Amino acid sequence: MLIENESGALSRVAGLFSARGYNIQALTVAPTEDESLSRLTLVTLGNAHQIEQIVKHLNRLIDVVKVVDLTEGAHIERELMLIKLSAVGNYRDEFVRLADIFRGTIVDVTATTYTVQMIGETQKLDAFIAAIDPAFILETVRSGAMGIMRGEKCLQI
Amino acid sequence: MELTGAQILIHFLEDEGVEHIWGYPGGAALPIYDALDTDAKKLQHILVRHEQAAVHAADGFARSTGKPGVVLVTSGPGATNTVTGIATAYTDSIPMIIITGQVPTSMIGLDAFQEVDTVGITRPIVKHNFLVKDVKDLAITLKKAFYIATTGRPGPVVIDFPKDVQNATSHYEYPQEVALRSYLPVVKGHSGQIRKAVEMMLSAERPIFYTGGGVVLGDGSEELTKLVRKLGFPITQTLMGLGAFPASDPLSIGMLGMHGTYEANLAMHHCDVLIAIGSRFDDRVTGNIEKFCPTAKIIHVDIDPASISKNVVVDIPIVGPVQQVLQEMNALLDKQAQQPQAENTQAWWAQIEEWRSMDCLKFDTSGTKIKPQAAVKAVWEVTKGDAYVTSDVGQHQMFAAQYYTFDKPRRWINSGGLGTMGFGLPAAMGVQMAFPDATVLCITGEGSIQMNIQELSTCLQYGLPVKIVCLNNGFLGMVRQWQEFFYDRRYSMSYMDSLPDFVKLAEAYGHVGIRIDNPATMKQQLEEAFALKDRFVFIDIITDQQENVYPMIPAGAGQNEMILV
Repeated sequence: MLIENESGALSRVAGLFSARGYNIQALTVAPTEDESLSRLTLVTLGNAHQIEQIVKHLNRLIDVVKVVDLTEGAHIERELMLIKLSAVGNYRDEFVRLADIFRGTIVDVTATTYTVQMIGETQKLDAFIAAIDPAFILETVRSGAMGIMRGEKCLQI
Repeated sequence: MELTGAQILIHFLEDEGVEHIWGYPGGAALPIYDALDTDAKKLQHILVRHEQAAVHAADGFARSTGKPGVVLVTSGPGATNTVTGIATAYTDSIPMIIITGQVPTSMIGLDAFQEVDTVGITRPIVKHNFLVKDVKDLAITLKKAFYIATTGRPGPVVIDFPKDVQNATSHYEYPQEVALRSYLPVVKGHSGQIRKAVEMMLSAERPIFYTGGGVVLGDGSEELTKLVRKLGFPITQTLMGLGAFPASDPLSIGMLGMHGTYEANLAMHHCDVLIAIGSRFDDRVTGNIEKFCPTAKIIHVDIDPASISKNVVVDIPIVGPVQQVLQEMNALLDKQAQQPQAENTQAWWAQIEEWRSMDCLKFDTSGTKIKPQAAVKAVWEVTKGDAYVTSDVGQHQMFAAQYYTFDKPRRWINSGGLGTMGFGLPAAMGVQMAFPDATVLCITGEGSIQMNIQELSTCLQYGLPVKIVCLNNGFLGMVRQWQEFFYDRRYSMSYMDSLPDFVKLAEAYGHVGIRIDNPATMKQQLEEAFALKDRFVFIDIITDQQENVYPMIPAGAGQNEMILV
C-alpha cells in the first residue's frame, strides 16, 4: 500500500490490525521516490472474506492513499536476510558452498564467523535456515517480504 | 492578518460558522482561552463541570442539528476525560471536533506535567487525528478536520494543539477549500446496483425495510418515507434509526433487535427481501448471526464500504449517501411501467397483522406502583410527542425507545453503539443550546444520572430548561434484569442503596425538583413540571422495581426466539 509519509501513519495501520484481531506476519515500509509517500508491504493471513474486510478497513484510514492485494495477480515477492553463522574448521568451506547453492553472498568475514546476505522469496530463506544446524546460527535479521506487480501494472497515485 | 495560533483557532471557528464550543480550561489551553476572551465575536463557550460532559453536550448538539459539535479542553486529564465521549461519538458516527491543549513541542515525550500522548490514546476511537507542530499548518489542518468529520461516514476528529504553537504567530487566511488525495468519500451510489435493487423490491412477496442511524445522519428521512409509502412495505427501525420514518405510521412495525417488537423480529426472520439502509447489522439487531434472516435476499445501502458484508454477506451492496440513493430509487419507481402491486404483499401483511395483534408491548397497569412504561407514555402525551428526548443506558433507554413514539428524525438522542451511561444529561444540554425554545427532556435512571450529575450546575449557569425524567427503581435495572434471567437471581451489585434525595439535590443546585410516586397523580404532576417552560426540572419518578423490558432476545439467540413476558 501507499501511505502518507507522516509520523503516526504506520501506527494507524498497525493499530488497525491489532484492534480488529488481524495478524501481521511481516511488514516493511520505506519512503518512495516521492518523499511524501511511503510504500508499505504487509503480509497477513485470512480467508477471502477477511482479506476483503482488511482491505476495506485499510482504505478507511485517512493516511492510506492506496491499497492493493498483490496475491490477486501475478507478482514478485522478495525478502532480504542477513544471517551470521559460527564458521570454524570444516564448516568454513561448508557454509561457502551452501551460500552458493542458495545464491547468497558472504558480506562479512571474521576468524570465527560469516555473515551471509540472501535475497529471495520467504520460503527460500526459510529453506536456507532449515539447511543449517541451529547451533551454528548466531543471529538472523530479515526484512519481511516486499512485493510488486508483474508486467506494466503499477501501484501509483 | 498576523495572528497567534490561539487567535487563528478562534477566527477559524467563527469563519467556519461555529457558534458553540463546549469546554473546560487548563494550563496547556490558556492561550486559547485568552484568545476566546479577546477575539471571539459570535462564538459562545459553554463551561461544563467535567470534560466528559463537554463532549456529550457537543455530541447532543451534533445529533440534533446535523452540524459538527466542537469541544475545547486542556492536555493530560483534560484530554483523557474526553475519551469516553469521543468513543461514544465514534461508535455512532457523529461529526465532532475535539481540540486538546498539549504541552509545548519541546517538552513532548519528556513526561511533562499534564502530558499524555493524546493522539496515541485517541487513535482507535477517532475518524482521524492531528498533532499540529507548526502554526503555519494550523488553519489548513482545522479545515481538513472539519471536512473529514462531516463528510462520508461522519466521525470525531481530534486536534492536539501544543502550547508553543498556540503562542507562535503566522499569517491567517480562512482556507475556503481542502482536498485530500487519500480521502475521497463516495458521493453517488452505483446506478446499475440501484436499478437491480428496485427490481428486487418490486418482485418481493415478503419484503421488509430495516433502517438505521445512517438515514438520520444522512438526512434521508424524507426520501425514505416517500419510498416506503410508495411501496407499502413494512418498515422496522433500529435503536439509532428511530424517527427517520414516523413510528405512528401503520407501515411502521416498531423497533427490531434485542428489545424489538414481536412483529418486527418475526418479520425479519421470515422476510424474502431485506432492504437494509444506513444500518450495520449490529449484534444487538441480528442476534445469532447463523440464524439471521434465513430466507432473505439482502439489499444494503451504506456510505461506508467497510460496513457492507462485514457481519452478514449481502446480495446487492450499494455504497453511497442514503439521501442520493433513495432519491434515485424514488425517481426510478416513478418512471417504471411496473408499479408496486399491493396484492403481492397482501398475504405478508395479513401475517404481520396477526403477529402485531399479540400486542407485545402491553403492560399491566392495575397495580399501585408506577410502571416505567406508563411513565414514558405519559411523558409522550404531556409533551404531545414533540420533544427532543435524550437518554442514558439501561431499561429506561429501552422503555423510552419502545413507548415514546418518534415521528421525526433527530429527536431521539441516545448512545446506541457504545452504551455510555452519563450521556443523557449533557447531551440534553447540547440539544437545548441548539433549540432554546424546544422541549428537551432526558429519560434516565437513578444510576445513569449520577454519572454526570455535576452538570446540574452548568444548566443553572446557562439557564437551560432541560427536564429530567428519572425512572427511579433503586436498581441498575438492566443489570438486575440479566441477573434475574441468566444468573439465577443473584443480584450482585445491582441494588443501589443510599441514593440522594433528587428533589433536594435539584433544589441545592438552584432548580426545581418534583417527586412522583403515585400512578393516579402522575399525569397531573407531569403537566405541572412541563409547564415550567423556563426552569430546569428534575422529575424523580419512583417506579416498580420488578419491571423488565420485554420482548427480549437473549444474547446469542435467533430473532424468532423471543422472551415475551
